[in-house]
Amino acid sequence: MALSKEQIAQRIAKEVKDGYYVNLGIGIPTLVANFVRDDIEVEFQSENGILGMGPFPYEGEEDPDLINAGKQTITALPGASFFDSAMSFSMIRGQHVDLTILGAMEVAQNGDIANWKIPGKMVKGMGGAMDLVASAENIIVAMMHTNRAGESKLLKECQLPLTGVNCVKKIVTNLAVMKIENNKFVLLERAPGVSVEDIVAATEGDLVVDGEIPEMTL
Amino acid sequence: MINKTVTSVQEACEGVKDGMTFMLGGFGLSGIPENSIAELVRRGVKDVTCISNNAGVDDFGLGLLLQKRQIKKMISSYVGENAEFEQQMLSGELEVELIPQGTLAQRCQAAQSGIPAFYTPAGYGTKVGEGKEAREFNGKMHLMEYAFKADFGFIKAWKGDTAGNLIFKGTARNFNPNMAGAAIITVAEVEKLVPAGELDPNQIHIPGIFVQRIFKGERYEKRIEQRTVRPRD
Repeated sequence: MALSKEQIAQRIAKEVKDGYYVNLGIGIPTLVANFVRDDIEVEFQSENGILGMGPFPYEGEEDPDLINAGKQTITALPGASFFDSAMSFSMIRGQHVDLTILGAMEVAQNGDIANWKIPGKMVKGMGGAMDLVASAENIIVAMMHTNRAGESKLLKECQLPLTGVNCVKKIVTNLAVMKIENNKFVLLERAPGVSVEDIVAATEGDLVVDGEIPEMTL
Repeated sequence: MINKTVTSVQEACEGVKDGMTFMLGGFGLSGIPENSIAELVRRGVKDVTCISNNAGVDDFGLGLLLQKRQIKKMISSYVGENAEFEQQMLSGELEVELIPQGTLAQRCQAAQSGIPAFYTPAGYGTKVGEGKEAREFNGKMHLMEYAFKADFGFIKAWKGDTAGNLIFKGTARNFNPNMAGAAIITVAEVEKLVPAGELDPNQIHIPGIFVQRIFKGERYEKRIEQRTVRPRD
């Protein structure tokens, strides 16, 4: 069975380690916070200016002065801090944030990522995505393996306008966990019940399959 | 203490002219200079360029200036759900320059600091990098980006004093401190205005030297864009 979006988030949560500062993008990445083990200490950064972001507020406790980068009302955990936008991106470009998890429309086998613009559609902008992908050492992409038309999103070369070049290190999709090495996708794990053949068929870019590929555990 | 107070939003916006470039603080609808925007709408100043992370929604924030077709160009990182914006952009009426959010913040910060340009890795190898000087530092490519130049900066703080010192609240801080002192004239509007000496100097986020005019906003709607809550256990 291919993973649901929640299960993709659940698998990615295993990559979050004790002591990490983490920036989560909009979409599947936001769900990751729900699955991080509660016996480790992790702080979530939102680029609009908070470190130590907490869950959504209880009804009636929403504060217009307390939102995340998706403009949703949030809470601040004990020990949280607020800061301006320039300082926020000092944390990001200065590589103080340990892990960035974001969605994508396309990823290429050289680590290029496209996630901000579809030609012919209303362009909404890149927000902080270009700063994040250009700077982070540790970037995990969370996405579906194929688009709505059934076409692979893991390509030899991106077709859509790029967000960043040579930056993605790891990808978790509904079918597989892969890393990028020597300009190729390398298959690490497959979703429960999904065969290597299914993954190869859904991947347009070069995919290295080395030995027995384990099923992922969630 | 040098007194930066003006008595009204009308006086705060004295000198704005057609064709000027404005910086406006805020992220989404959080921390936007609501009262200054209302006054810019009332004055009908037009053909302006707005540097602001977002462009408001249809009927609030910068959306109000868009409705009246007062904006010629927007410089933003994300322009979200705004039908009026989309229509004006697609018809070619509105010029839009999209730039990475961190670059936007740093171009404000550079203007505030007297740094004419800087290098950043954001956008290298993408459309954002087209036509820009690129240079390698420590084995990685970077783009040269310039400090913004603006005529007026409109920012919003939580508390301020008559000397122009500012304190922000929560994530309503965002671009406001970076835009303070980044334009020729910085207009700060605050929810609470107190006499100089009442704010603890240790707690001030932006010193008054970066602010030319300060006033207490008459009213704040502080609209929430995405109200998200969790159930009580």
